[in-house]
Parts: sequence; C-alpha cells; structure tokens
Amino acid sequence: MTMEVESRREVSGEDDLARQELVVNVGPSHPSTHGVCRVIVHVDGEVVTKAEPVIGYLHRGIEKMCENRTYLQVVPLTDRLDYVGSMYANWAYCRAVERLASIRVPERAEYLRVIVCEMQRIASHMMALGSSAADTGAASMFIYAFDERERIVELFEELCGARLTYNYVRPGGVSFDAPEGWTDRLKDFTNNHRTALSEMDRLFFGNVIARGRMKGIGVLSAEDAVSWGASGPVARGSGVNWDLRKHDSYSVYPRFDFDVPTGSNGDAYDRGRCRLFECYESCRIIEQAAAQMPEGPVKTDGLSRLISPRPGDAYDHIESARGSLGVYVVSEGGPRPYRVKFRSPAFCNLALLPMLAEGHTLSDLVVVLGSLDPVFGEVDR
Amino acid sequence: MALVDRIGAALDRTPGGIILTSVDAVVDWARGRSLWSMPMGTACCAMELIAASFAKFDFDRLGTFPRPDPRHTDVMVVAGTITRKMAPAVKRLYEQMPDPKWVIAMGNCAVSGGIFFYDSYSVVRGVDEFLPVDVYITGCPPRPESLQDAVLQLRELIATESIAPGVRRQRELLLPTSGDLSFGQRPGVVDEGESG
Repeated sequence: MTMEVESRREVSGEDDLARQELVVNVGPSHPSTHGVCRVIVHVDGEVVTKAEPVIGYLHRGIEKMCENRTYLQVVPLTDRLDYVGSMYANWAYCRAVERLASIRVPERAEYLRVIVCEMQRIASHMMALGSSAADTGAASMFIYAFDERERIVELFEELCGARLTYNYVRPGGVSFDAPEGWTDRLKDFTNNHRTALSEMDRLFFGNVIARGRMKGIGVLSAEDAVSWGASGPVARGSGVNWDLRKHDSYSVYPRFDFDVPTGSNGDAYDRGRCRLFECYESCRIIEQAAAQMPEGPVKTDGLSRLISPRPGDAYDHIESARGSLGVYVVSEGGPRPYRVKFRSPAFCNLALLPMLAEGHTLSDLVVVLGSLDPVFGEVDR
Repeated sequence: MALVDRIGAALDRTPGGIILTSVDAVVDWARGRSLWSMPMGTACCAMELIAASFAKFDFDRLGTFPRPDPRHTDVMVVAGTITRKMAPAVKRLYEQMPDPKWVIAMGNCAVSGGIFFYDSYSVVRGVDEFLPVDVYITGCPPRPESLQDAVLQLRELIATESIAPGVRRQRELLLPTSGDLSFGQRPGVVDEGESG
C-alpha cells in the first residue's frame, strides 16, 4: 500500500523505442505524504508526467458538525482542523464570531493572541522544515527542528494545559492569562531560538545535498502563484509580497515592526528558506508584543456562554503558517451557526502539486509536496 | 495428591507443556523488548507519536522504533481519526504485517471516534470495528508518556502469551475476513429511507 504499480501501458517515444508508462500509487499511508494524501503518479521511466493528488482520506465533516454546536462549542473543533497550528483556526473563527456578534476584545487578550500565534508559526514552520528535510534524507535536521518545537509546546502547556489542541482563543478573549514568569521564559526561548535558527540554516540550507535536492525543484512563477490562489510561504517564496499581517493588517499587528521575507526563484529551496526567515520575524514580533503587553483582563466581562448573534454573516481571515486562513460564519439568529466555512490555505496550495511535480523525478515529488507543507486535517476538513 | 497427578495437573494448565513455558519466557522477553512500530498516524495524534520518538521522550529506549514499512513491524500504532475512506487502507496495512502482531489504539478517535462520535457522517467509531486492538489509550491527543505506558502494558500482555499452537490462533479467529468491512449503524442516526 505504501507505493505500488497500478498499471502499465506501452507508449511509443519520438525515438521509436518502446516505452512503458507506469501508473504508480503513492499513499495514502506513506512516510513522505505528510498525513493521509494519496498521489496517483504517471511516470515515464523515472520522470513524472502527471501527478494527481487524491484527497478526502481525513474528511471528518467538521464544517457540518459546526452546525450542531453552539458558537463556543465550535472552538474545540477548529483545533482539529490544522493540528500543526491549532491557534490560527481558533483565532480566525473567533474573529469571525466577534465581528458577527460585535464583541469587543480586551487589549491584553489581543497581545496574548498575537504572541501565541507567532509561537505557533515557529512551531509549525519547524515541523514543515523538519519533515521536508527528512524527505530529502536529512534526518538530523528533523531532530533539531522538533527539539525547538518541543520547547514551544512546553510553553503552551504552561499557558493553557494542552500540548497540541489548545482551545485557547475563545470568542471575547483568551481562556487563561499568562502565568507568573511566563514572559521571561518566552524571552529566553526567543534568544535561544535565534541561535538554533542560524545553526539550522548552516546545517541544512548550507548543505550541498539539500541545495542539490531543493534548488530548481518545483519552480512556481509569481503569476501562477497569484492566479492559483497560493498564499503564505508558498506565494512569498515566488516573490509575491503578500502577508495579511502587513497588507490587510488586523488586531495589534500595525504596532509592531517586522519584515516580510520573500524569495526570488520560487523553488522548493526558496519556500523552505522563507519559512526559516519568517521564524526570525516571529521572534521579533514576540519580543515587541511581550514588552508592550498591557495589564488588564483577558476576557470580556458579562459575555453569555450562549452567544446568539443577530441574523447575518461575517468573514474574517488571518495569516496562518500556511497562508490566508478565512472563516465564513452565517447566523440565523439562534444559538448555533447556520453555516461555518473554512477557506483553507493548505487546500489551495496542494492544488499546485500536479503543475509543480510535472517533469521532475519521482523522488523530487516528495520534495515538492514537502515544500507545499499541506496539513491534511485542514485540506480535507 | 500423588506427585504424578500433580505433574499431570500442571501439564494440563500449561498449554504446550513445561518445556515450552521456559522457551515462552525467553521469546516473550525478546518480543516485548523490541516492538518495532508501524506509525499509522492520520491526524493530530501523529504529532504526539512523532514527539514520543524524539528527544526528551526517546522511544528507542523501550526498544520501539518507527518503521514506515508494515513488513518490518510488530505493533501498529493507530494514531488519529480513521474515516470510512481510510479504513480499507489501514486494514490492508495490518494484513501486510507479519505475525505476531499487536495493535495500539492511540487517542479518543481511534478508541471510539472521540469528538466525532455523535454527529460526524464519515468517521469510523473506533478502530476496533475492524482491527483486534490490544491496548487503548485515551486522550485528545494522549501525551507521549501515555504512549510509552501503552508499550509497557503491551509488554505485560505479551508476557502472558505462548508460542504453543492454538494459543495465538484464538485471537486470529476474532478477525473479520479479508475485504469484509461492514461498519455498524451510526448511533443515534435513523435511516431516513426506512422511516420515511
């Protein structure tokens, strides 16, 4: 089931040599498919002529389930969407509900949301860099990157008691205030993380094998990135300077000084490197936010547990680690949403796979897939 | 009771005889201490499965080492939600594993469907609908320590097993036949066509 030949077909080449076109099935359980993605690959020799991703192996019907839950009960479901970056779906959903029900959020809660989401961005990028490095054979990079992720998970555990599914951002604020000394430990983390990042940059991106495996693989032009709806590091690796934190700024992001790293070649190497540099920028944002964070409450007072917004709809989007994550909520006035729709960046980015993998070898397919960084909880929903 | 009768009674109690019990002890010791795992990580629990293998938790010290190929492995760790579309693939991977083999259901989704138990239309309510599960771990997701505890519990379970013929076969009889994946009716859902 991991990788097997589906069919063979004789094709005649231009040089009159008899050739066979193989149809190879990769997945749905394959160590390099990043979850449960199945790719049906047509290969001529070793060169991919066509790659079709087959999705739906993790379709759990979350959007439909949201219609049976109250507005507050939907938040734990959003955790399970993008399980590498749970905080983003929490926040995007809460922003849409807050817009719909006109809920004001205390300023300290906004700062805490920014801090946890930037930490989540580092954690998610560490996972993306580590697993795509493991796909190219650099297992040690995975261990270094996962070690950094583990430190963030420890801080999250201290903050809200969960290691993976946080349920931290709620409509009207966040669930808990930061414990005593947490911001100091956060500062220690960002200081150490910068050293670790430059170490990883030399270890992996400076390595001749990684350069050979990733440079020039899966080249995405800036025009294609825009027209296919790519976002996040996939679009920025192609030189599209588009970041919702900067260009459709939300929450308290306008108060922070940070840059948006972009690539120039649009290949797997640039996408990976973009993620690495974003981690530096996230460290900058975390430090500024921790220094500016005001005292005060972290939840809106007097907010009913049974939120019943007026009939209407609201859309809000934030910049997740994978790109522009949008949530559309429709209310009919009752305590349950009429419809919740998630615009998932991983789904749009995965659609690029057939175009990017074509013409590369089968072993480069996993590099392309790793550089797109899809999380299948979010793709299939 | 005469000594001969006592020996006879002991032989009845130990399937395969007295000689096999000491061989069993050695075999079970070896099997329980090098459980290579087939990481069947489909969703969130896969992250904790990875975390368990890396620094700080270090699964290797229990002899558990993840191998992506089912033919190299002894224990399948089902970590994550199994949907109806995924279930035949999981079952087929289980069938590719060589005997003896064990299954750990990691996380609420693999145990019972978890958060998706009541109103999801596509999730299998627990991996034990089509696999014989040995150890269940609850949690959404469970901590890596829980997974390590599950391996220690599995080790105790293996210590009670025997290589005698007929002992392991009883477990295999519980397995559904290949290709038979008829899942039970979802709880609390009335078939609209019939009630019509």
